[in-house]
Amino acid sequence: MRGRKWDQRLADWFEKHEPQGKWAWLGSTYEAFHTFTFVRKTVTRSGAHVRDAVDMKRSMFTVVLALLPALLFGMWNIGYQHFAANSQLSTLNSQLFDCWWFGFLRMLPMIVVSYVVGLAIEFAFAQVRHHEVNEGYLVTGLLIPMIVPVTTPLWQLALAVAFAVIIAKEAFGGTGMNFLNPALVARAFLFFAYPTNMSGDTVWIAHDLWGSDAITGATPLAALSAGADFSVFNSQYSVLDLLVGTIPGSTCETSFIAIAFGAMLLLFTGIASWRIMLGVFLGGGLMGLFFNLLPSLDAQLSTHIYLQLPFYYHWLLGGFAFGAVFMATDPVTAAQTRTGRWIYGLLVGAFAVLLRVCNPAYPEGMMLSILFMNCMAPLIDHCVIARNIKSRQSRLSRQSRTTRKEAHNG
Amino acid sequence: MKISPLIKLPFSKQNPVTVQVLGICSCLAVTAQLKPAVVMALSVTVVVMFSNLIISLLRNTIPPRIRIIVQLVVVASLVVVVNQVLEAFVYDVSRQLSVYVGLIITNCIVMGRLEAFAMTHRPWESMLDGLGNGLGYAVILVILGIVRELFGSGTLWDYPVVERLGLYNIGYQNNGLFVMAPMALILVGVIIWIQRSADKDLQEKEK
Repeated sequence: MRGRKWDQRLADWFEKHEPQGKWAWLGSTYEAFHTFTFVRKTVTRSGAHVRDAVDMKRSMFTVVLALLPALLFGMWNIGYQHFAANSQLSTLNSQLFDCWWFGFLRMLPMIVVSYVVGLAIEFAFAQVRHHEVNEGYLVTGLLIPMIVPVTTPLWQLALAVAFAVIIAKEAFGGTGMNFLNPALVARAFLFFAYPTNMSGDTVWIAHDLWGSDAITGATPLAALSAGADFSVFNSQYSVLDLLVGTIPGSTCETSFIAIAFGAMLLLFTGIASWRIMLGVFLGGGLMGLFFNLLPSLDAQLSTHIYLQLPFYYHWLLGGFAFGAVFMATDPVTAAQTRTGRWIYGLLVGAFAVLLRVCNPAYPEGMMLSILFMNCMAPLIDHCVIARNIKSRQSRLSRQSRTTRKEAHNG
Repeated sequence: MKISPLIKLPFSKQNPVTVQVLGICSCLAVTAQLKPAVVMALSVTVVVMFSNLIISLLRNTIPPRIRIIVQLVVVASLVVVVNQVLEAFVYDVSRQLSVYVGLIITNCIVMGRLEAFAMTHRPWESMLDGLGNGLGYAVILVILGIVRELFGSGTLWDYPVVERLGLYNIGYQNNGLFVMAPMALILVGVIIWIQRSADKDLQEKEK
């Protein structure tokens, strides 16, 4: 063994120390740690198997990679918003690094709490059920801290993670069996359980860790819901700000550009469905256009600020882009058929914009829209499949009729 | 027929809420606080007990073709009595329960016991069956009431438990989700989950 690289020695160590006898109950935990980095030496000897390098671990890791641009930018934005609100930007040595470091220190505890709580529950369930530990939580655990306000108390985050993993996922049988996106369930839990920490205008900007009061800073969507004037709104948040993402919001949802990098990776590797992604943007845009048309029908409506908002603003505001790229495309909870994916995507986008415009109590409609369509996805698939079967049956009967006729004529 | 299973079964293998999944509507509606939950549980127990007794006494004289309407008349009369008693003695709780006292008439547990048991059994057994089912329903309501009031409002029977423990000072907040009806449904689901994992007889056989 001497002279081999450390990683090979570690791999051998793993192979040699597979738990047996009285330790056999730890099998799934061992399996999880072993296959996290190494491929097992044993192979299946019977039956036909699909061989593909892109297994679940690989695809989950690709999603994590795709999340990195948004995560890194989100960290920077936490710092930037904090220092800008305190007018301390000019005192910093390096705006780029200091802002990022401040945000990193804020995000790190949230990510650690999310992973520790979530993985502890996943491992516990896997042991009890004698399943292998699944990689699904790798992505969910990172998504949850990325879609909540930076000021969310850690104990609330831990509760939300536990609720999402147990109720939305394990109760239905674990990874691949859940019908709701667990990360969004965690957010919905926080949204309904602790509304004062999830909305309003004091939760979006990180304040100093010890003492100091909350800093006021409304998200653009909240400003719109409150009925700000459109020209005032436009001077506050330019399209460039919205594209780059230097606005208050949930930690990593603000930057359209950073999310677009992630989207390109997901589409290039084929892990996310382009039909869903495109459908969401189209649905949201069409709904926005529809609301733009309303003032021409009824002059009274022309004062409503949302109706003056150009449709592409809906793509840039709030969690729309993040939800479209990383949440709606979740392969487990989305529709599975091709036509179904189009319908699903279009309706997610349309409902998100509808909620934003028509329900001032929920300034951000993306979360509820995706969760609602998660529930509807099986129904959509069922209808698409039933229709397909019906059309093929009628084609079959048409064909058999013509062949019979031909036989008769012949 | 033996007496004890009539009382015992509704608590375990034949619980009207967690096994037969009846009476869910009122389970979600009245359990945000413990006090209305207890009052509701008692009211349903009384109604199901005495309607079982009365229908059992009448069972040989009721023409089968109109039995449902006869049962409804009996249940409705009892509910009116219960409602009057509640308004007389616990007026504020009666206001809180609002329509749900009247809706006991349509409670599936009551109708179910009348059809499935009282129509074919003797009065004493029927009354015990009603008592058992009422208490089986009551147990779930009380559990829900305790959990939801404690975590949703931080109180128990209006006593500010969380405040006395000083939890608010260290940053604890009440969970708004527990006050909402959806959380009651999730909690019923959790109770069913726990009961089924503990009781092998309730699990479906694997094919």
